[in-house]
Amino acid sequence: MSALYQCWLNLPLVLQMVIKGLAVIGFMFPFGGACSLIERKVSAWMQGRHGPNRAIPFWIAWVPIFGPLLQRLGVFHLMADGGKMFFKEDPIPGHVNKFYFILAPIVAMIPALTTVSVVPFGAYVDAAGQLVPLILADVDVGLLAVFAVSSLGVYALILAGWASNSKYPFLGGVRASAQLISYELSMTLSILPVFLWVNAPGGSGTLSLFAVVQAQSGPWHGWSGLWFIFTMPVAALIFLVSLFAETNRLPFDMAEGEADLVGGFHTEYGSLKWGLFFVAEYSHMLIGSGVFVLLFLGGWNPLPWLPLATFAGWLGLAGNPLVVGALSIVIFLSKVLFFVFLFMWVRWTVPRFRYDQVMKLGWQKLLPLAIGNLIVYALVIAWVQVKN
Amino acid sequence: MAYVVERKPLTLAERLYLPQIFAGLRITLKHLFAPNVTLQYPEERPVIPPGYRGVPTLVRDPQGREKCVSCQLCEFVCPPKAIRITPGAVPADQPDRLHIEKAPQAFEIDMLRCIYCGLCQEVCPEEAIFLQNQYSLSGYTRAEMVNDKARLYELGGTLPDQHYKWDKKKIAAEHGNTH
Repeated sequence: MSALYQCWLNLPLVLQMVIKGLAVIGFMFPFGGACSLIERKVSAWMQGRHGPNRAIPFWIAWVPIFGPLLQRLGVFHLMADGGKMFFKEDPIPGHVNKFYFILAPIVAMIPALTTVSVVPFGAYVDAAGQLVPLILADVDVGLLAVFAVSSLGVYALILAGWASNSKYPFLGGVRASAQLISYELSMTLSILPVFLWVNAPGGSGTLSLFAVVQAQSGPWHGWSGLWFIFTMPVAALIFLVSLFAETNRLPFDMAEGEADLVGGFHTEYGSLKWGLFFVAEYSHMLIGSGVFVLLFLGGWNPLPWLPLATFAGWLGLAGNPLVVGALSIVIFLSKVLFFVFLFMWVRWTVPRFRYDQVMKLGWQKLLPLAIGNLIVYALVIAWVQVKN
Repeated sequence: MAYVVERKPLTLAERLYLPQIFAGLRITLKHLFAPNVTLQYPEERPVIPPGYRGVPTLVRDPQGREKCVSCQLCEFVCPPKAIRITPGAVPADQPDRLHIEKAPQAFEIDMLRCIYCGLCQEVCPEEAIFLQNQYSLSGYTRAEMVNDKARLYELGGTLPDQHYKWDKKKIAAEHGNTH
């Protein structure tokens, strides 16, 4: 084990980073696909159906109990779908602008997978007793980078809408851009109180998501042990609603709008290119849920007032960074998964808003609320920090 | 009479919309754990209610005798003209039916034409043709979709008979038709 670890450390830094990055992408990509399967299953169960439950490789059908169980959960439909997506014919309509038409799904994937690099997904306690984040790039701009890069995702929708040279995709692209601009504002404003609190005067300023989680991992009774969702519920709500809008999920499904826009921006797309849009959407969802969990739900801390380090100490894992790291990832991922479920849960509950309602909600309700929330919290935080 | 529906102004809770969403979420969550209502079709079959109008079939009486007397009423009443009957004599190897005038030599129902209206069953004076439970049929050629006489009897089987009409006629004839 340690020999392997030494071998790992001896690799050039660039190679280490590339391997780490590929590992995360190798996780994100199939996970995005898996989300589509989960979506199908969850929607089926909510509608009293069974959902996909047929595909099974014959050699797994021989395994008693376990095989049929996997079959009923539809696990193999994931591979069947993926295989279909890769090998089916990929038609490009004659009337499209070919270059941008092909570019769009690539542009959709890149920001979706790039944002992962600044989102910490776990932490471990090193030999010195310091909490070290599991992250590809622990940069100070952290959240700013997430916002900057993930908003680039909308260019993919606009590009797809424009390059398709057809009215429905075009309308979808236009709607997507309008919606993104409207909700980006309230989203950014809603998280400012969090960073006002994290960056107490005197300290070095940071937008790192790791610092935010650190600010939520305090011991019993302290303010710092409380997750931000309890101290800033309005901010959390605004952020969550904006997140739904940013990821183009129902009830803010303007860009797709099957009912009025056929398929929205991806009307003209098929096979793998369409699949890339899909995976990009789910990756955005995963990253968005991850950011929400880090900002408001204490990241990898199992419970409020119970930091990871203390929890690991209780379980007797203090000297075992590998296990603590795995534990933190499990805690973090289960929170993220709950949010992915919430996204689906809301999707199959709430009908799509009308376009003017979306705009009205964004500009007339959420934005003033976010500004008011920011002012109130700025005053309160100033008062609290002056008193201390 | 026209009347104006009073539109009450929305309460604060309604305007906030969130309580409504939570109520909806509760309902969908309940459905998430509720048993599924769909059937796993080829393995699970639906229960066919009595009076169901499936594929039209010819039936035999409890003695295993043919009931159809080839009167062709069904052929004439059939709106899409799916039924084609070739009348013939009763075969000589059925001595107890020799007093019946006719029997179908061939009886074909084209299931590509049939509209399952049930008029053939309604019009049949012999209670020989019934729309039964069979609801799923398929074939690779058009010819396969034409049910011939053998197939119709195979699908139909035997149904209970309350009248034994031709037995009674025979007995009556033996007693000089005195009634």
